[in-house]
Amino acid sequence: MSGEIQFELDGIPAEAAPGESIWQVAARLGTTLPHLCHTEEIGYRADGNCRACMVEIDGERVLAPSCRRQPEDGMVVKTASDRAVQSRAMVMELLLSDQPPQIETHDPDALFWHWAEKQGVERIRFARRATAPKNDTSHPAIQVNLDACIQCNLCVQACREVQANDVVAMAGRGAGAHVAFDFDNAMGESKCVGCGECVRVCPTGALLPTDGAIVSDCQVDSICPYCGVGCQLTFHIRGERIVGVNGRDGPANHGLLCIKGRFGFGYVHSPERLTTPLIRREGVAKDNVAIDSANPLTHFREASWEEALARAAQGLTSIRDSHGGRALAGFGSAKGSNEEAYLFQKLVRTGFGSNNVDHCTRLCHASSVAALMETIGSGAVTAPFTDAMVADVILVIGCNPPVNHPVAATYFKQAVRNGTKLIVIDPNGRALKQYANWMLNLRPATDVALLNAMLHVIIDEDLIDHDFIADRTDNFAALAAHIQAFPPDAMSEITGVPAEDIHAAARTFATAERAMIFWGMGISQHVHGTDNARCLISLCLATGQIGRPGTGLHPLRGQNNVQGASDAGLIPMFYPDYRAVDDPAAQAKFETLWQTKLDPEPGLTVVEVTDAIHRGGIRGLYIMGENPAMSDPNLNHARTALGKLDHLVVQDIFLTETACYADVVLPATAWPEKDGTVTNSNRQVQLGRQALQPPGDARQDLWIIKQIANGMGLDWDHGGPREVFQEMRDAMNSIHGMSWQRLSDESAITYPCLHEGDPGEAVIFGERFPTNDGRAKFVPCDIVNPNELPDETYPMVLLTGRLLEHWHTGTMTRRTPVLDRLEPEAMAHLAPTDLDKFGLRAGDRICVQSRRGEIELTARLDIAVQPGTLFIPFCYAEAAANLLTNAALDPFGKIAEVKYCAVKITAR
Amino acid sequence: MSSGVKSDTVENQLDRPPGASQGRGNSALRGRQATAEDLAKVRQIIGPADPERSLLLEYLHQIQDVVGSLRHCHLAALAECIRLSQAEVYEVATFYHRFQVAADDAAPIEPAVHICCGLPCQMAGADKIAAELETKLEGKFRIVRGACMGRCDCAPVTAVAANYLGHANAEAVQVALSAPDSSAIMTPAIDFYRYQANGGYDLLRQCLAGQRQKQQIIYDLTQSGLRGLGGAGFPTGRKWGLVAAEPGPRYLVVNGDESEPGTFKDRYYLERDPHRFIEGVLLAAWAMDAVEIYFYLRDEYPHLRALLQQEFARVTAMGLAVAPVRIRRGAGAYICGEESAMLESIEGKRGMPRQRPPFPSEAGLFGRPTLINNVETLYWARDAINAGAAWPDMRSFSVSGRVREPGVKHVSSGITARALIEDHCGGMLEGHDLAAFLPGGASGGILPANLADEAMDFGSLEPHGGLIGSAALIVLSQHDDIADVVGNLMRFFAYESCGQCTPCRVGTEKAVMMLNAGKAGTDGTALADLAGVMADASICGLGQAAASPLRCALRHFPGAIA
Repeated sequence: MSGEIQFELDGIPAEAAPGESIWQVAARLGTTLPHLCHTEEIGYRADGNCRACMVEIDGERVLAPSCRRQPEDGMVVKTASDRAVQSRAMVMELLLSDQPPQIETHDPDALFWHWAEKQGVERIRFARRATAPKNDTSHPAIQVNLDACIQCNLCVQACREVQANDVVAMAGRGAGAHVAFDFDNAMGESKCVGCGECVRVCPTGALLPTDGAIVSDCQVDSICPYCGVGCQLTFHIRGERIVGVNGRDGPANHGLLCIKGRFGFGYVHSPERLTTPLIRREGVAKDNVAIDSANPLTHFREASWEEALARAAQGLTSIRDSHGGRALAGFGSAKGSNEEAYLFQKLVRTGFGSNNVDHCTRLCHASSVAALMETIGSGAVTAPFTDAMVADVILVIGCNPPVNHPVAATYFKQAVRNGTKLIVIDPNGRALKQYANWMLNLRPATDVALLNAMLHVIIDEDLIDHDFIADRTDNFAALAAHIQAFPPDAMSEITGVPAEDIHAAARTFATAERAMIFWGMGISQHVHGTDNARCLISLCLATGQIGRPGTGLHPLRGQNNVQGASDAGLIPMFYPDYRAVDDPAAQAKFETLWQTKLDPEPGLTVVEVTDAIHRGGIRGLYIMGENPAMSDPNLNHARTALGKLDHLVVQDIFLTETACYADVVLPATAWPEKDGTVTNSNRQVQLGRQALQPPGDARQDLWIIKQIANGMGLDWDHGGPREVFQEMRDAMNSIHGMSWQRLSDESAITYPCLHEGDPGEAVIFGERFPTNDGRAKFVPCDIVNPNELPDETYPMVLLTGRLLEHWHTGTMTRRTPVLDRLEPEAMAHLAPTDLDKFGLRAGDRICVQSRRGEIELTARLDIAVQPGTLFIPFCYAEAAANLLTNAALDPFGKIAEVKYCAVKITAR
Repeated sequence: MSSGVKSDTVENQLDRPPGASQGRGNSALRGRQATAEDLAKVRQIIGPADPERSLLLEYLHQIQDVVGSLRHCHLAALAECIRLSQAEVYEVATFYHRFQVAADDAAPIEPAVHICCGLPCQMAGADKIAAELETKLEGKFRIVRGACMGRCDCAPVTAVAANYLGHANAEAVQVALSAPDSSAIMTPAIDFYRYQANGGYDLLRQCLAGQRQKQQIIYDLTQSGLRGLGGAGFPTGRKWGLVAAEPGPRYLVVNGDESEPGTFKDRYYLERDPHRFIEGVLLAAWAMDAVEIYFYLRDEYPHLRALLQQEFARVTAMGLAVAPVRIRRGAGAYICGEESAMLESIEGKRGMPRQRPPFPSEAGLFGRPTLINNVETLYWARDAINAGAAWPDMRSFSVSGRVREPGVKHVSSGITARALIEDHCGGMLEGHDLAAFLPGGASGGILPANLADEAMDFGSLEPHGGLIGSAALIVLSQHDDIADVVGNLMRFFAYESCGQCTPCRVGTEKAVMMLNAGKAGTDGTALADLAGVMADASICGLGQAAASPLRCALRHFPGAIA
């Protein structure tokens, strides 16, 4: 074979591929040498520092570490020479001398003990060091037992290089070298983000899960149910419980996980899980959320599935029959599978008889999708976030990936380390700031001014891509003329960003060979959210940064399946695959497929449904796995609407704040309890597999949807997810080529996947855009102020969002003890200058009020927060941030302005 | 709002929120955020220029010079300034002996009196001085026992701030503590003008004027037979040629981290005749087209840092510059004398030796081809080039210990220890007979007097378990206990081990523990096995050399340690 290296291994001719180590060749040929500091896991470099794998090479004065050393032509390697064997045994004897005895140690089955036994060390002749480090149990998920540490550095590599979190250090030197978190802090008090990668690779049990090493009966491959990254993972199961989780080599995570993906499954086994259908007790008012979810029988009574399903379906049917289909609405879930989303919207469209179906995408990227559909004809990303690794410049705006998309953030950080330039635009100086070449701290909601100023620089300095504009776009002249009114100097006044930084960022982006834009809710959740996205699209189009690897537009999707749920038609204006409901051709297609008449009018969106309930237009609602009583803006308004409904059916795994208003509550399944596909931010459709049985009498969501449908007179005989997916392939060209079998074999397929065997397209629009004429369109935007500006009475700006440890409205994560212990209390993050200004100290209880509501919570000092603003996560039911937020809508995306409202702060 | 539906106000919240823990949160984010005050302070200290990661050691020095120690709050601020993680900053700050890391609320750290505990100083009574000072200065000063300070010819040595005292005793230290700090830059015996008047810089001027060919200069140097005088003895001309043949940009790095115990020749030459060295540096940079010159100087030579800064500036002003010169301050780490650890340190990292391949000539500083030469090697470069094949084979021995006239002795390289002592050092001290000697500092092994008639050259002592290395001859007499000597050397290696690899990190510590237990607790076979794994399996020369005191003691001095 060409390119092979010929050498001699233990007297036998051997061949090595370029890049292969002696250790790897030996292992391939059947000799596994001891290894402690070296792991074959993806992304790890052989450092060769433990010296447990030494071999002798003819002609060399000293021995060589086989894990690191690569064979050369003619090299003569001896793994079994006396010197090599003696050295390896001595290394093990030295390490053993400081270990706790195997019978007392933290993980007697650790790799270290496996290799110690194999070295045949009979007697330890060296005394144990006088003092052993104290064990550290400060972190809820991870125990730190440095008395078992052998300084192999894998945890440092895991944290610094593989995950790019950089909290673990090897501090000190010589015999004093030791693993440290930040400045020798306890792990639980350090910046540790709890991803657990260090635990995964530790060879000794010095780092272990709190409950000890994972011992499982079986392992089931699935997908992480949290964010839009879509990490592939393996559940380790013992006795019907998830006892551990590890990452798999998926296209979006390559083995990586974050704290939620690794340690965030306690909720599945929560005693608060709903296990029996519930029916609201007679005469119990629907007036607040103060029901203990562990004890719902104060307000509900248990019921059989037959009774509950009959009650649920009859309630919906009678409203439909007496008030028409448009008096009903359904909220599906971006946490469910594609198959569930598809069936749910089909139920609303064919069973309820209207298009009043929506889900949390409305509070997520609805405005981004509106802008993308309008300008380039497609709402999904044009390239995967992993393409950051091949981009020269990445622009990250209005998002906080280390918190909301941790594994994607790892790729961004790794890209920066490999030389990619990073521009971060955000009001707050958050975790990516350390990596940013340009950190533009703009005033909240001044994105259009800033982005127009960047466009001004690019057009003014002729940094545009003339060919791309001429060949692939329309309306550039209008943009060029419009942009003249937005010079950087003037926009600097509005945005608070120095004009030279605007210039530098614009030039860097425009002149890059490959540049890519990532954005999140900071862009979309505004009354000008669509305008924000239009400007980002204009940036890409004007500079030709789209359609090639390492370029393009990537709105980072929030929920694990918000992409798939939208694709499947869980939105009021589109059938599956974004076929407009008011397009007669699309309507005809789906009327044929579903064999029923369909409502030609687009339905109501999430916030519009709330308003319609107040007006009396909507009377019945079926909510599957959504929690509008926490996630909607202006919660008092939203919750009173839920209370006003004639009939509310809630299908969920917990008695959510929303379920507190329900007439019927149907206990459903958590993600690890079901089969199904989900689609991540990268358009990768991935297969999740059932690892657990649902608790008690909880049932599969797909089954429940079918029962409701049949109860409303539809005659559905879909089988399981596989059969539903088969129907979806007929409904959706984008996934037409995907077979369940192939998903099962490959775990992930990217769409568009038009025919069987189509590998799928990761980077799209290299040739044309899916618009009528194949061309993209520039849409110039003006500055629109937020709906509610601060004033004398409400002088502060409230921004809402998430924490790393808590997901969305907290339904799952607050019931996951590991995560809730890390962030157990609602906190308002304030700049130190504002704490001073209001005479507060960190830790004080404060009251935050807006025109719509008030909450009480604790002040937290956060230097990253811009003075004049405060940040409150919306996951805490006891201090629900959305009681304060503004329901004003973006006119195009119908998304509410939950990222900006005026509040005042008082000490309690 | 319809009747019967209450607003969810503060009074109408859930008593028991979902979630199992019900705990109180942290009123600050986990970990540490740098405060505005600390950021301002650190920016003020390190200056307004765009901070560079590779200057991390310099910044740590600057902060410690101003604040007195490295407080966590300032480390956090520094991390933010240079966009590095706190973990990485902490790791570097805690690696180097001269950095004093302290919690924010730790009591102010007393100024230090450093006591050299290198073997020659210990033989001259360093322990006694340390013990005396500990009593006399308790609570006012910290007494810090440290590694060799490179002034073994005037042992014992102590240091108060930048003031180094030779032939020290407790009284002299107390006097020095009350003396004002002198910051005047020393005047070398041979200054620029005197050096120039005697033909200095003629060769460099010819090179810069295009009168000499680079290839020819490298050829002449090769012909001279000059070898690396840091200890490894690699032919210098060949090294220059190897690096010059690599693609640019290329760096020149000068190893001025002279810290092999017993070695002080580099200091000696730089103090006497710095321009002969500087001309050698510039010739090397010119011959290989270096884009930058880095001079890594150990922190124990502050007077030389000031002198060389001034003199490099002088030659630049004289139009003799070849490439920018950057002087980098070590921070107390013997391991940084190891060339690849030195490269790491210059890059602002811990001094962890790199594993070969690749070699620095291909991938050195910042991953670029790099020529690394020792100070003395470059000191002789001009003369070696001028002499070509006629260059005499000489060595500069740093002699210390039980001799009448310790110091740097420039003699023929095949000299025997006995001849060096008798003919160049005035013989043994009164009452002392030659019992043993260390031919190459701590790393070169311990040889008995009966080997004192062997030639001391590259290769000649190896059969006996010795090594000439940096040519630091430490002379022992019948009054020196071999077990104490081995103990001193093993403590030194344990103190200076970087901790990267098991044989050295654990091995040196176990050796010290076993030696401390006394002969009764010492297992000779175990020590021999330990020496074996250290020599065979350590990553770098430190761990490999750390075996030699053990091996020599077991071989040449039976019964001394086990």
